[in-house]
Amino acid sequence: MCYYVAIQKWLLEGKGTSLTSKGLQMNDDLRNLSLSGHVGFDSLPDQLVNKSTSQGFCFNILCVGETGIGKSTLMDTLFNTKFESEPATHNEPGVRLKARSYELQESNVRLKLTIVDTVGFGDQINKDDSYKPIVEYIDAQFEAYLQEELKIKRSLFNYHDTRIHACLYFIAPTGHSLKSLDLVTMKKLDSKVNIIPIIAKADTIAKNELHKFKSKIMSELVSNGVQIYQFPTDEETVAEINATMSVHLPFAVVGSTEEVKIGNKMAKARQYPWGVVQVENENHCDFVKLREMLIRVNMEDLREQTHTRHYELYRRCKLEEMGFKDTDPDSKPFSLQETYEAKRNEFLGELQKKEDEMRQMFVMRVKEKEAELKEAEKDLHEKFDHLKRTHQEEKKKVEDKKKELEEELNNFQKKKAAAQLLQSQAQQAGSQQTKKDKDKKNASFT
Amino acid sequence: MEPPAVPEEEEEEEEEEGAVPLSMAPGPVGCQLFGYVGIEAVLDQMKIKTMKTGFEFNIMVVGQSGLGKSTMVNTLFKSKVSRKSSQPGQEERIPKTVQLQSITHIIQEKGVKMKLTVTDTPGFGDQINNENCWDPIIKYINEQYERYLREEILITRKRKIPDTRVHGCVYFVPPTGHWLRPLDLEFMRRLSKIVNVVPVIAKADTLTLEERAEFKQRIQEDLKTHAISVYPQEDFDQDPEDRALNDRIREKIPFAVVGADQEHQVNGKRVLGRKTKWGIIEVENPAHCEFPLLRDLLIRSHLQDLKDITHNVHYESYRVRRLNESNRPGLSPLNGLPAKGEAGSHL
Repeated sequence: MCYYVAIQKWLLEGKGTSLTSKGLQMNDDLRNLSLSGHVGFDSLPDQLVNKSTSQGFCFNILCVGETGIGKSTLMDTLFNTKFESEPATHNEPGVRLKARSYELQESNVRLKLTIVDTVGFGDQINKDDSYKPIVEYIDAQFEAYLQEELKIKRSLFNYHDTRIHACLYFIAPTGHSLKSLDLVTMKKLDSKVNIIPIIAKADTIAKNELHKFKSKIMSELVSNGVQIYQFPTDEETVAEINATMSVHLPFAVVGSTEEVKIGNKMAKARQYPWGVVQVENENHCDFVKLREMLIRVNMEDLREQTHTRHYELYRRCKLEEMGFKDTDPDSKPFSLQETYEAKRNEFLGELQKKEDEMRQMFVMRVKEKEAELKEAEKDLHEKFDHLKRTHQEEKKKVEDKKKELEEELNNFQKKKAAAQLLQSQAQQAGSQQTKKDKDKKNASFT
Repeated sequence: MEPPAVPEEEEEEEEEEGAVPLSMAPGPVGCQLFGYVGIEAVLDQMKIKTMKTGFEFNIMVVGQSGLGKSTMVNTLFKSKVSRKSSQPGQEERIPKTVQLQSITHIIQEKGVKMKLTVTDTPGFGDQINNENCWDPIIKYINEQYERYLREEILITRKRKIPDTRVHGCVYFVPPTGHWLRPLDLEFMRRLSKIVNVVPVIAKADTLTLEERAEFKQRIQEDLKTHAISVYPQEDFDQDPEDRALNDRIREKIPFAVVGADQEHQVNGKRVLGRKTKWGIIEVENPAHCEFPLLRDLLIRSHLQDLKDITHNVHYESYRVRRLNESNRPGLSPLNGLPAKGEAGSHL
């Protein structure tokens, strides 16, 4: 065993006030020295692994495919367990995503597995907007992580990561080519998530047709510029197996949770009158390859790609959208903080301006109303005066009339009195006359 | 095979059509696996990945000159990591202020690559007036946090942010045999809040075993009275297993160490040790000194833990402090740093 050491020196002088690192010059000349004994830091990967084991792993799979294409069955077969769920109906009005979390444990590894299903995908008559809920869901998970990362008091190390690490796209086994819905959806998703296309219910396709179908699909994907997940080929340990497996993309899978007796063993299979399709037989379908690639070889790489590529892209776009830039015009040290403060001040200023505007408008309105009211008051006063005058006049008229009437009445009374007097006089005279007559008569008689 | 365990509750997110659930179902449901799936292969995948990217470890040694810091680092990493100041033909005046010197090496063992940075602090505690001699050190540590923070908040971030934060600070206590000096207490009090401090008794071959035990006892009491929490901190024990393990370590803090980089012949074997007229002190012999314990703690068992606590606790609290400050450009103490394009390190 030979150990070699490269020395690179840089000096940081602290002169008590500002710590200026005078040039982090790296001397690239290497000097060979040897470690004279076993130090023991080769246990580092184990320490790291132990830490991760105690924390547990997160893995989130998104299954995109039409209703009834076999998503739930495949998940059951893949993870060798029964995830309870009722099959979905075909009359969903729109696509919605259903997420379920499960905790699996194998030897000392705890896995928090989340399976997200697209319910109602491909069922509607108008499928224009089918991809939108999916994209929104993926973005929402990125957003949640970004929010947590941007918080001041954050706890990233025990954050339950809900970002989608792998998207299994279920292609219907038509035998011809991809549907346009598939192309559109995959194009929208390829920059946000690792897409692994698989052909579902592959036992309906004969072997020679399958080969043609696969190459047709791959060429369509390439010609439309869809970026599916590339199995990593840069590490020697996995390069070989990944390279051989990539040739078989998209994997033609068959899922089954029922066991059939084959030979003298029980194996997962589908029993038909004409034969038995064994799930784990590599000649029958590519299920074993999918399981190898997805879980046993590349799970960590899928998680890493999600974090370093898709999430970083989302973060960059989101932050740029919000107006943050990396280099301010005067390159202050804390651009995020600065921009944030500036934005906040801007916002407050706007608020203030709006408030002032509103206040001004309010004052103006009040003035107007006041003027109106004053006018109205004046009008009213005028009316009142007018009315009063009219009233007075009427009153006078009435009084005049009354006087007249009284005069008439008086006259009448006088006349009446006079008339009565006359009458009484006349009567008296008459009676006197009568008396006189009578007297005369009497006198005459006498 | 046990019967399939049906999950007790079905937790579903009830959503309206078109709406997107922003939070997952509240509790994950436990499931029974019927057979081997292969999930544990993720551990190997992780190991391979980390071995490919390599590790970074930054350690700082603080103590007065002549306490054997450089020798200790050389012994720890079994190579000439630091240049000793007492080499013949090299006259180094005691610097007027504390100057920090960082040396980086890339060492490899069994396929595991490590970028080791050792920061030395010559001049610490050497002056007559040692007030505020810890300031340059605190500034250096904070500067590393600042550098990392700035990388982290960039819009276009690097795939792997270079980590220059100090993961562990080894503080050398002179073997007086009495108590901790005020300088020691001050320093450890301030620094244990921002970095993992591992105190060690230097040149422990001047103490007999009883003296050593008494000294340790007094130091532990001193630390407790002054509420200084050195590594491994009690608050960060994650489960009872960890706590038991760390309690055993805490009983032995501070380790009494002897450093040596010369090999001698003892009983037919070549061992690292110090040769004196009255015997040979074997560095790696647990009966002679506690160097193996220190080495195991720092490297073999708790290296990842040191890094994790630095990242999850100390760095986060620095970040909280920094983000809560109102950013007034004139008062920023880090104006002299180079633009981010120049900073960084390549393996």
